[in-house]
Amino acid sequence: METEVKLTKLASCAGCGAKMGAGTLAKMLEGFKAHSDPQLIVGYDKSDDASVYVLDENTALIQTTDFFPPIVDDPYLYGKIAATNALSDVYAMGGEPRLALNILCAAEGMEDSTIREILRGGYDAAYDAGAIITGGHTIKGAEPIYGLAVSGFAHPQRVLTNSNAKPGDVLILTKPLGIGIITTGAKADMVEKEVMDRIYAQMATLNKAARDIMVAYDVHSCTDVTGFALMGHSYEMAQGSNCTIHIQVDKVPYHPEALELASMGLVPAGAYRNRDYAQAGVSIRKGISLAMEDILYDPQTSGGLLFALPEAEAEACLAQLKQTIPNAAIIGYVTEKEDSDLVLE
Amino acid sequence: MEKIIDCKGMACPLPVVNAKKASEELNSGDVLTVLVDNEIAVQNLTRFGEHKGFGVSAEKKGEQEYAVIMQLAGTPAEPAREEEVSCVMDSRRKGMLVVLSANVMGTGDPKLGTSLMKAFVFALTKQDQLPDTILCYNTGAYLTCEGADTLEDMKLLESEGVTVLTCGTCLDFYGLKEKLAVGGATNMYDIVERMENAAQIIKP
Repeated sequence: METEVKLTKLASCAGCGAKMGAGTLAKMLEGFKAHSDPQLIVGYDKSDDASVYVLDENTALIQTTDFFPPIVDDPYLYGKIAATNALSDVYAMGGEPRLALNILCAAEGMEDSTIREILRGGYDAAYDAGAIITGGHTIKGAEPIYGLAVSGFAHPQRVLTNSNAKPGDVLILTKPLGIGIITTGAKADMVEKEVMDRIYAQMATLNKAARDIMVAYDVHSCTDVTGFALMGHSYEMAQGSNCTIHIQVDKVPYHPEALELASMGLVPAGAYRNRDYAQAGVSIRKGISLAMEDILYDPQTSGGLLFALPEAEAEACLAQLKQTIPNAAIIGYVTEKEDSDLVLE
Repeated sequence: MEKIIDCKGMACPLPVVNAKKASEELNSGDVLTVLVDNEIAVQNLTRFGEHKGFGVSAEKKGEQEYAVIMQLAGTPAEPAREEEVSCVMDSRRKGMLVVLSANVMGTGDPKLGTSLMKAFVFALTKQDQLPDTILCYNTGAYLTCEGADTLEDMKLLESEGVTVLTCGTCLDFYGLKEKLAVGGATNMYDIVERMENAAQIIKP
């Protein structure tokens, strides 16, 4: 679809690639005064996807926000993807989103019709998620930004943190990797439209279906793979769970085009930041091409769920997932703590 | 010839895009120097240069200035051939699966069926978008074996990146196991999975 101004040309970073590195962020927040509250069962200290506050014995409130500059020129798709990505953090906690607020920054030169399309995309994603957008805040600025602040609910006993994986678990990933590299390639006009349509459709797909299936199993731990990439998010899960996560590289689903683009040097800055953040904790047990490593460190926008569940349940869960999410795959397993947090094998 | 391009201040992926353009205008033995202002651009340019088979070195010239030096290698024909291969790769349609379940096309006179099948496989080679995979089973297994008049076209398709697979059970059954002349053998599990995952199945 044609728009007056190419939205992505107004953005300096691509999607979740714009995210500040996890290491930088941790340093920045060090030493601040904060109240403690026993009802806050997941706070910032856990590096989780969202905060969780227990309201009563049956209800926990999940809160999160996510927004980023345009990653696609079609404003409707941009809105839909940004909202899908924001809603995902609630699914990653095992919850269901209920209420959301728009966060919007409109850049100079954006038509009202463009802004309306962005919002329409956001409303459609929220509607499909069963959530209500109750308001929001809009400002003018140099770069367009859109996203949501989302509130959702879960049973306090069924909240899925990213720090509870157990030895003997296996890991399931529900969306293929390579989004950051391919969107970088698209900025260089080196990606076929057909491929981009596939990428956009994936990013605009809610993790609702994956969450709804997942919660029927004895899942121990869950996160969504976004800006910190498979490696960064697995690293957080391994550290938080005090386990070692083994990633079976050959089983990791990815978009094949990303491999060629990565070897051409179309690797987003976020992938390098993720590598800096996680690589000290990684040991590599087999030959992996640099391009494949780049894919594992590639920041994902609106990526899939990554969850750990007992091996005995994994095949059944995967079979059920595959009925609607054919790319879902078992990509690794969890052991007692070894020398490194992550093992690529 | 030496060429220097200044990509300082450019956001990713522009340094790589500019280096690619510049390298395409240069010849083997020429040196391309790309100036950038951040470490990430250095690493991406190094990946690019190595991918192209150039000699690559990088030096830090100042606080925010790096030079990536690429020694262009290979005869001019080589990059051209590489382009050609990648074009062919791109012409495959992702998720398009061709299923050949018999060595004849349609029901009726077998002689006609055989020549129709030969014409079908030949026509496949001429399509702008080639299939991702060709699956052969039952008497379709004959199509990938020695003596088949479709063999040359099958080999051509395979050389253009199409995955050609023949049912192993069928090869056994028809005693063709030693005669498979193009692609690999596969099993029912794989056949089912490929059909499930295909975006489009073509069955003549």
